[in-house]
Amino acid sequence: METALFILFSAVAIISCLLVILKKNPLISALFLVLTFICFAGFYVLLQAQFVAVLQLIIYAGAIMVLFLFVIMLLDLGVKQARIFNLFFQKSLGVIFALGFCLFLVSHFGRRLIPGRKGDLPAAVVEAAGNSETFAMVLFTDYLLPFEIISILLLAAVIGAVVLTRKKL
Amino acid sequence: MSTVPISWYLIVSAIIFTIGVIGVVTRRNILVVIMCIEMMLNAVNLTLVAFSRFLDSMDGQVCVFLVMAVAAAEVAVGLALILAIFRKRETINIEDINTMKW
Repeated sequence: METALFILFSAVAIISCLLVILKKNPLISALFLVLTFICFAGFYVLLQAQFVAVLQLIIYAGAIMVLFLFVIMLLDLGVKQARIFNLFFQKSLGVIFALGFCLFLVSHFGRRLIPGRKGDLPAAVVEAAGNSETFAMVLFTDYLLPFEIISILLLAAVIGAVVLTRKKL
Repeated sequence: MSTVPISWYLIVSAIIFTIGVIGVVTRRNILVVIMCIEMMLNAVNLTLVAFSRFLDSMDGQVCVFLVMAVAAAEVAVGLALILAIFRKRETINIEDINTMKW
């Protein structure tokens, strides 16, 4: 059951990622990226990281992609402009090198992995206490400083977005 | 124990990362380039959560939380930048936005 769900999610995710880069209309690319993010949320549920799955749906599919769709529709470009020159040779060379990079990565992952240093929260303990509770326990004790700094980062992002969209910079 | 070995998750993550790299290098519309950057960030998030599950730790999931916050901030500022550029130059073709060298 888990294997079947994994194969379904990975097939849909990889195909919609390919369609994101192949489609000419950026609106269609954005919609296929939303589908990719929903498949990623499915992956996180399979990995028993339910809190991260819900965060993925709320933040990525719900906020970031809505921002993208707003901007794409605000800019309202119509049909794509005519290309001045065709870069088929450079693009195919780039794709071949990227596939070589992918094969390099996959060849390392397929072999037996060197086991890392195991933590002290096996899956049974996490399931007993609940994923969100264990997540909060780690976030607010070991990662408290990054959490506070993230809030300052978000404040800087809000100020930056407001300043950059003013009429007179 | 999970029936899906960790190497499968890592292979899917590597494939999606590579597709994101191809998108960043190939596409000329700057919005699609930023969308492919988000795709790459998501592939790395999947790697982090997979390792968090298989190494009995919560650190990977907390890192994913921080990465998502940073990605949201980056997208907000990036889209504001694109709107400012478009207001000035009426184009979002990255081959035409090349006057920073002057």
